[in-house]
Amino acid sequence: MFNSLSDRLNDTFDRLRGKGKLTEADITSAMRDIRMALLEADVNFKVVKDFVAKTKERCMTAEVMESLTPAQNVVKIVLDELTELLGSTESKLVLSSRIPNVIMLVGLQGSGKTTAAVKLAYLLKKQGRSPLLAACDVYRPAAADQLATLGGEIGVPVFRGDGKDAVEIARGSIREAVDNMRDVVIVDTAGRLQIDEQMMQEAVDIKRAVKPDQVLMVVDAMTGQDIVNVVSTFAERTDFDGVIISKLDGDARGGGALSVRQVTGKPIKFVSMGEKPDSLETFYPDRMAKRILGM
Amino acid sequence: FYFGGDVTEDFWEDLEDTLVMGDMGADIAMQVTDDLRDMAAKRNLTSARQLREALTDRLAETFVSSEFDPFDDTPSVVLFVGINGAGKTTTVGKIASAAAHEGKNVIIGSADTFRAAAIEQLDVWGKRAGVSVVKRDRGSDPASVCYDVLDEADKCGSELVLIDTAGRLHTSADLMRELAKVVNVTRKRAASAAAGPMPVRVVLVIDAATGQNGLNQALEFNEALGLDGIIMTKLDGTAKGGIAMAVASKLKLPIFRIGVGEQVEDLQRFDAHEFCRALVGNGDKE
Ligand SMILES: Nc1nc2c(ncn2[C@@H]2O[C@H](COP(=O)(O)OP(=O)(O)OP(=O)(O)O)[C@@H](O)[C@H]2O)c(=O)[nH]1
Ligand SMILES: Nc1nc2c(ncn2[C@@H]2O[C@H](COP(=O)(O)OP(=O)(O)OP(=O)(O)O)[C@@H](O)[C@H]2O)c(=O)[nH]1
Ligand SMILES: [K+]
Ligand SMILES: [Mg+2]
Ligand SMILES: [Mg+2]
Repeated sequence: MFNSLSDRLNDTFDRLRGKGKLTEADITSAMRDIRMALLEADVNFKVVKDFVAKTKERCMTAEVMESLTPAQNVVKIVLDELTELLGSTESKLVLSSRIPNVIMLVGLQGSGKTTAAVKLAYLLKKQGRSPLLAACDVYRPAAADQLATLGGEIGVPVFRGDGKDAVEIARGSIREAVDNMRDVVIVDTAGRLQIDEQMMQEAVDIKRAVKPDQVLMVVDAMTGQDIVNVVSTFAERTDFDGVIISKLDGDARGGGALSVRQVTGKPIKFVSMGEKPDSLETFYPDRMAKRILGM
Repeated sequence: FYFGGDVTEDFWEDLEDTLVMGDMGADIAMQVTDDLRDMAAKRNLTSARQLREALTDRLAETFVSSEFDPFDDTPSVVLFVGINGAGKTTTVGKIASAAAHEGKNVIIGSADTFRAAAIEQLDVWGKRAGVSVVKRDRGSDPASVCYDVLDEADKCGSELVLIDTAGRLHTSADLMRELAKVVNVTRKRAASAAAGPMPVRVVLVIDAATGQNGLNQALEFNEALGLDGIIMTKLDGTAKGGIAMAVASKLKLPIFRIGVGEQVEDLQRFDAHEFCRALVGNGDKE
């Protein structure tokens, strides 16, 4: 359904071929292709505007204008710029020497937090840690059951507390971890809209109560333009440290990743590639850039 | 180009940006804006307000309305399908509650036998609605649950059967095949319902925050199952749901309901005008 950016640019430059050197107008028309490709990948339109303006400058060099293969050159420049924007190097989960370490997950409803909590627990367990999962979603029906079932499957205990007060459960989970020598607590929280003041305050209160080493925001790869509104408020209120992009096992281009990075400056730490506990993968900016461009 | 009144080049650019930002898709947004320019010149529309109204009307027209409503026009069996986390289970709960409240004899089938605690989640919703939930153990064949719930519907004289299914990505061929089987089994069994054949409808549940991938989702689900309509969830957030416009117009599918929250009462009928008004915006910069 989508044409890759390379195809588009090849078409554009083919149309322009035979004129010898490229003109600024030709580059402008290539920029239009880039704009459309990025918008189709769900990169936020404001991010696209800035990106295209910046990229255009780099394309106006003699190296591109006089090249025999301008499409390849432009694609390479776009790819480089995108990769750099996405974070240039892979990003790791940073844990401190504090015992227990605390990781807290936040995000919109249905984005994949509970699943991600279990995946992180699985990953850390494999690395020799002894995690504890904290069930701090007291709203969604059977949220704690979901976490308990999944935790059971990977052999990681789940702290449910009284199942009523999220902040209290979070606090209790730290005591539980200390008492049972668990060295990392992963706090699963309820899904919330960024405009729901009461729920955003709850996230802030949980954070204050457990002082996480890492707050990670889980973002659905299929999210469209609204992602900018969502992540900027989450960044402002919870000051999260990094992002997990979920549901990348489908065919979504995941341009939202770029918006998150651009708008909040927070690194993307992991990508989630399925429903199973072992489907959490390291984030590679260059792969993500290629995916966004459909390459 | 057409200029007049308070309509400047900025207006057109803002309008296109607003539509793109509402997830309508850049190509459609551009086309719609161009069409509106022509219309403005022809009909001599001079104010931004007039233009926005004209656009709202035109966009609202692209939504098809259905001859039937699967929840009003009973007897009816409805399967809820869609990608992971879209809001299927919650929507089943809300609809069951609304229908039971209207005095309908409703029953729910829990054909998500995959996801952890999906059955427990639906059970809570069943209790909220005062509607019984037919289920089997996690891991059992989802098609069997559909069989069971229709058996139970026969016994109880249920007129509305709501079936929750497991979330799946449209790109997963195995899971899509499994779902097609679930739908086929349901169709076969419903054709021989005790009180006469019951029509089976398949409804795609889609999150309003979904971007351009929503079109792929709808195309694939439609191809595999033959969709009857859409329910859009999470319109209580700031996402405008413009992808629904692209989907509804491309596949000519009606939008049966919208979800506007996590509570049992947060379900509404779709109002194309209201939806399009929000999509077109009022010109205030956000
Ligand atoms: N295909 C796929 N499905 C995923 C992925 N991550 C999560 N899911 C599924 O998405 C759905 C929602 O995941 P949850 O982990 O329950 O999401 P959540 O953010 O905890 O949801 P709430 O607690 O309701 O806000 C479930 O069906 C998961 O199995 C992923 O990377 N790929
Ligand atoms: N704000 C808001 N949240 C909603 C709405 N509908 C559902 N949700 C929330 O979205 C999350 C996912 O909803 P579910 O009903 O579990 O979604 P699902 O499609 O059944 O998910 P899977 O079975 O995992 O594929 C839950 O936290 C719901 O409370 C809505 O209209 N508005
Ligand atoms: K979602
Ligand atoms: Mg959850
Ligand atoms: Mg469900």
